[in-house]
Amino acid sequence: MSDTLAGILQIVALLLLLALVYKPLGDYMAHIFTTDKHWRVEKALYRLLRVDPDAEQRWTTYAMGVLGFSFVGVVLLYLMQRLQAFLPMAFGHGGVTPSTAFNTAISFVTNTNWQSYVPETTLGNTVQMAGLTVQNVLSATVGIAVAIALIRGFIRHSTDRLGNFWVDLTRGVIRLMLPLSFVFAIILIATGVVMSLHSGVTVTGVDGAQHTLPLAPAASQESIKELGTNGGGIFNANSAHPFENPNALSDFIEIFLLLVIPVCLTRTFGTMVRSTRQGLVLVSVMGVIWLTFVTLAWLAETHPNGPATVAAGAAMEGKEVRLGIPSSILFGISTTGTSTGAINGQLDSFTGGAGGLAMTNILFGEVAPGGTGTGLYGILVIAIIGVFLAGLMVGRTPEYLGKKLGRVQVTMASISILTMPALVLVGAGLAIALPSTLGSMGNSGEHGFSEVLYAYASAGNNNGSAFGGLTVTSDFFQVTLGLAMLFGRFVPILAVLALAGSLAKQKRVEAGAGTLPTEGAMFGVLVGGTLILVAALTFFPALALGPIAEALS
Amino acid sequence: MLTMLWRQTATGLRVLIAFTILCGIVYPLVVYGVGQIPGLAAKSAGSIVYAANGTPAGSSLIGVDPVAANPAADPYFHTRPSASSSDPLGPADTSTSGGSNLSGFNQKLLDLVNQRRELIAQREGVNPALVPADAVTASGSGLDPDISPAYAALQVPRIARVTGLSENTVRGLVAHATSGRILGFLGEPTVNVTTLNQELQEAQR
Repeated sequence: MSDTLAGILQIVALLLLLALVYKPLGDYMAHIFTTDKHWRVEKALYRLLRVDPDAEQRWTTYAMGVLGFSFVGVVLLYLMQRLQAFLPMAFGHGGVTPSTAFNTAISFVTNTNWQSYVPETTLGNTVQMAGLTVQNVLSATVGIAVAIALIRGFIRHSTDRLGNFWVDLTRGVIRLMLPLSFVFAIILIATGVVMSLHSGVTVTGVDGAQHTLPLAPAASQESIKELGTNGGGIFNANSAHPFENPNALSDFIEIFLLLVIPVCLTRTFGTMVRSTRQGLVLVSVMGVIWLTFVTLAWLAETHPNGPATVAAGAAMEGKEVRLGIPSSILFGISTTGTSTGAINGQLDSFTGGAGGLAMTNILFGEVAPGGTGTGLYGILVIAIIGVFLAGLMVGRTPEYLGKKLGRVQVTMASISILTMPALVLVGAGLAIALPSTLGSMGNSGEHGFSEVLYAYASAGNNNGSAFGGLTVTSDFFQVTLGLAMLFGRFVPILAVLALAGSLAKQKRVEAGAGTLPTEGAMFGVLVGGTLILVAALTFFPALALGPIAEALS
Repeated sequence: MLTMLWRQTATGLRVLIAFTILCGIVYPLVVYGVGQIPGLAAKSAGSIVYAANGTPAGSSLIGVDPVAANPAADPYFHTRPSASSSDPLGPADTSTSGGSNLSGFNQKLLDLVNQRRELIAQREGVNPALVPADAVTASGSGLDPDISPAYAALQVPRIARVTGLSENTVRGLVAHATSGRILGFLGEPTVNVTTLNQELQEAQR
């Protein structure tokens, strides 16, 4: 079988598998967040935690729940790293330095999972399991909860209540994240992913040389790392590491896992608004962007223009033989279109075209198909802007899903969209203005600029992948990237919850002759067009200086 | 507003502690427990391969380049280069993992690729143009256990010459260490260097 055919079959198999679970998983998630019935274990938990599960919250209370919960998450994770020396199974690793601990705590609580440390030589099992694995589960579920609150804003009317954050969180963890993570962790072990509590194993090779191979409780973190679109590797090489991703089958499963919830949440949305076609339109937009990026990046990667890549004969620098070019592209585009940011090949060594497309995918705001929850609310915000623009063209008050889009709604949507570009462009601009940044770059020229731009794109969008040649251990990078992750996560969340609150308060307006239909292909084109317009207007100049210049040279 | 934030944060702390126990202790330990059942246990422990005398000789998932005592009579199949080695073709530093992060326009990478091509062509006694791409590029993990069938085939004549085994025998060992695409279409064909060197050593006994 030719390489191209095998790659195409892999894409087809992936799409088929996603199509197969689209309806059942999407509807199951809708059920989780709409049913009145609590599970017995949940009731016990609510009693223990002194949460009244039947008390619904205003958007402000819901938002305070998200903020308060994330705040204590950051504090606990920071303290665990700083006090690592006193924790069990630390394997002699001492406390993590303050700036790295700050950056890492924010990184994992914001679902970014940006890593400025080498896990093998920095973290023991307790911080990995009780610290990082926990936030892998929780940050992903928080994203879903916010998306569900936004859907409730559309389907409820004349109320100031959006649901209960603690109930949404608990159900998301207990009914969705933990069971799926568990099943897939076992499946991943069966493919060869390690699950060991030992720090490592010493082996004597055929040449008599001794090596210590670091081990880790990888499988339990690997499954939620992908399922929750987190992306933080338990090993430095992330999913390029054979212990995290031993073969092409584990690779395929990981790609499936990181796409499945964001994709199926569009069905959840459609089911909850009682028009599954509304969800189909959104998932189609996501799918077209994803497939376009995969195709273009694959073309770029198989037609390299860098002299070193041409001399080598193929773009295999930074890639694993068992995965090859098609699987590396599929993984790279899928993790940058979601907020996963895991890698199975080093993006910094990708061709200018493919690396640039990965970065552009992030700069689209990660909506193809986006992170768990963040992807859905991200594209809904774009849809709102699209409907608003269309309304301006015909001079009518725009409405979407039976709700009027007035000043408040469009303001909140704009804040949600514009926060990220501000963080990325200001952050990258500041960094480039510093003379010391030149010494942090792993490559020079256009590619060095791309490394810096990518870092802020990744942080501002809570992606977590990197052009890893950039050294980011200086306090400047640790702090500014940490702040970019923090604001990139919570400003849009606050805006989206405020938007949800304002929508829920409205009365339903019946669709009239002047209402823009939002169930068909035309609306899909409008949403996709808005997305491209916003991203292109914002980022074209910056992209031209980096990846575009490299791809064209 | 502040009281509300305070109350929600206090609830958040209680919820966080409960979920830390559930997701951070119970969940990974249950996965670990299930990972200990026969069939999964060896994989959980890192797919370790053992030498004839029973000592751990490596992991079938991890490639660390063996170093020949006498480079003129090199009896080993070689892995891909590792970015964690200071030599262009040296063994990986297994305490870490990762790639070079060098771009295709980087002069350093161009020099490395050319240097590796020359060194490998010399070692194998072949035309430099025959050295495949995976042989001259560092892997993403620095620990890639696999090489392409082309790179394995390139090394067969030298191995046969140094070990005294027939080329056919060596080719048979390579075939045994070769895996096709999973399900016929996933990934790439690979030759596992760790298990290949192990079997090669046993064949010489």
